[in-house]
Amino acid sequence: MRRAEFLMALMLGVFSVYLMVKSAELPIGWIPDEGPGGGAFPFWLAAGMLGCCIWTLVRWFTRQSPPARSTEPYLNPAARGLVVAVGVSLTLMLGAVHIIGMYFAVPLFLIYYIRFLGRHRWPLTLSVAVLAPVVSFFFFEIALRITLPKGYSEPLFYPLYDLFL
Amino acid sequence: MEILELLGQGFGIALQPLNLGLVILGCALGLFIGAMPGLGSVNGVAILLPMTFLVPPTGAIIFLAAIYYGAMYGGAISSIMLGIPGASTAVATTFDGRPLALAGKADQALITAAGASFIGGTISIVLFTLFAPPLAEVALAFGAAEEFALMMLAFATFVGLGGDDIPKTLFSIFIGLALSAVGLDIISGEPRLIFGGLPGFFHGIHFLVLAIGIYGIGEMLWTIESSHDGVKVSQASFGLGRILTHLKGLKGSIKASVMGSFLGYFVGILPAAGATPGSIMAYGAAKTMSRNPDSFGKGNVEGVAAPESANNAASTGSMLPMLTLGIPGSPTTAILLGGMVIWGLEPGPMLFIEHQSFVWGLIASLYVANVFAMLINLAFIPAFIAVLRMPFTILAPIIFVLCVVGGFAPTQDMHDVWLILIFGVVGYLMRKLDYPLAPAVLAIVLGPLAETSMRQALLMSDGSLMVFIERPISGPIMGVAIVLFLLPIVKLLHQRRARASA
Repeated sequence: MRRAEFLMALMLGVFSVYLMVKSAELPIGWIPDEGPGGGAFPFWLAAGMLGCCIWTLVRWFTRQSPPARSTEPYLNPAARGLVVAVGVSLTLMLGAVHIIGMYFAVPLFLIYYIRFLGRHRWPLTLSVAVLAPVVSFFFFEIALRITLPKGYSEPLFYPLYDLFL
Repeated sequence: MEILELLGQGFGIALQPLNLGLVILGCALGLFIGAMPGLGSVNGVAILLPMTFLVPPTGAIIFLAAIYYGAMYGGAISSIMLGIPGASTAVATTFDGRPLALAGKADQALITAAGASFIGGTISIVLFTLFAPPLAEVALAFGAAEEFALMMLAFATFVGLGGDDIPKTLFSIFIGLALSAVGLDIISGEPRLIFGGLPGFFHGIHFLVLAIGIYGIGEMLWTIESSHDGVKVSQASFGLGRILTHLKGLKGSIKASVMGSFLGYFVGILPAAGATPGSIMAYGAAKTMSRNPDSFGKGNVEGVAAPESANNAASTGSMLPMLTLGIPGSPTTAILLGGMVIWGLEPGPMLFIEHQSFVWGLIASLYVANVFAMLINLAFIPAFIAVLRMPFTILAPIIFVLCVVGGFAPTQDMHDVWLILIFGVVGYLMRKLDYPLAPAVLAIVLGPLAETSMRQALLMSDGSLMVFIERPISGPIMGVAIVLFLLPIVKLLHQRRARASA
């Protein structure tokens, strides 16, 4: 936990510096007749972020904050695998949305999670995995006219559009 | 007495079968749109605006106002049930609504939300009826400096929300504000903070992206980790007896509701402020005034009652400048305004004279919508509770999918969904190290308002910061804000000294 506290403050500090540099691409000073430049607001905020990170690092060094004193592991070892599995499967689902579209990526994710992580029975798994895209389709595409990304599965939906829209 | 007569005529219009049907339909639709994370009243009103051309203008605006009301009630539902604010107006509701739901008191939280919303709606409609024109003038006296002072007040009421760690709380506020600056600079129109040149950053980072990331993905990861050995599903039970007990228990939170209603209403009528700062300030005020401020954030019903009454009151309040001056007080009323113009109703002072039946019909229908939104909400509570009883390994993936789909819907850009995932994971890792994240979400909501008003005020004063203190309205507001800012810090230092000497 102590090492994580240090690394997090360090990374957030680096991010703050990056933000400051990025903000400085726009004028950060006072422009006559125009007021503060476009970059001033984020620049000073990022400077504030950096200040807070340095403050946190000082507190880390002097062992003032609870995480800086903690000897517990950062992630619970028993749960680490599960958390990582969920994170990875979410990332894979988002990646798959670009290729096979929301209506196929979502059921695959649901099947993986409910059947393999949750160890529920197949009938339950499949009913959720089928119902979710069907309900989404009617709610978003038909009722609200919001098209969800479909990737290469787009042509499969033309007949449905003809039928319902 | 003339007002009562006009209001009576208004009820005559609102209770016509067609209009009554539209109110009920609008409330039900609004409730579901509001309950969906990612979609709020703006989306509902915008999407359904074209459908209103099928009915006469009065019916149309009644329908849209009913959606607006329904969505205000609905926003609380996902805040309480899923811990994800359904709309920016319901951010403050998550702070105590979610802990209540986790403690198995979701029904109490939902009933309190419905009851408080009803109180907020009722008080605001009475205020609206009595003081519409004079209040509109007060609101008009609010310039950029006053608006900025008001934003500071909203932040100040929230400094106490963070944890004990001052640098981490400040960091959270700063990063939220900085992220709100991403996109096109509001004054010069230049692109700024376009990370990696990705086109997705041009439309900025919507507050929902951060909120869904932190409260959706981050919260779920947190729950998965902390419940890996024996899932802690909130034991929600439900019965008629419990409803009655909770309805009686509403008395306990009535003070917070009434206070929230007044505060929400007045913030709501200010142009450009709207329901979000109103609900946030009401939460902060309820916490400050409570005898037991430490219980806030851990499941205090007053923490649900105050923001919920305020956001409903503010939604009525924001109709006031729209109708009397033609200035919308919130994004949703801006769309309503657009609709009115399309129907040939010119907003402004003349509206009250030329289209009397329309104005009072609308006000009366707000009242009717308020009643029906509450009844429909109460009727659906058992269904919402049933959702909570689902095993966590089924609920969790469904919530993840809701986050993805809900995050996609507002901008229809996969870029935002990826950002949600990144914010979720980083937020989870930060939360493990005691970084409070609620201030960041509030900051990203209020950031654009604060920046615009600050820059406009500085422009007018030619760079002098005194503009915030010298003006008669902004001065006192700023003063209160500064006191509130310093209070928790002084208290904390005092405690630490006491601890050190002990």
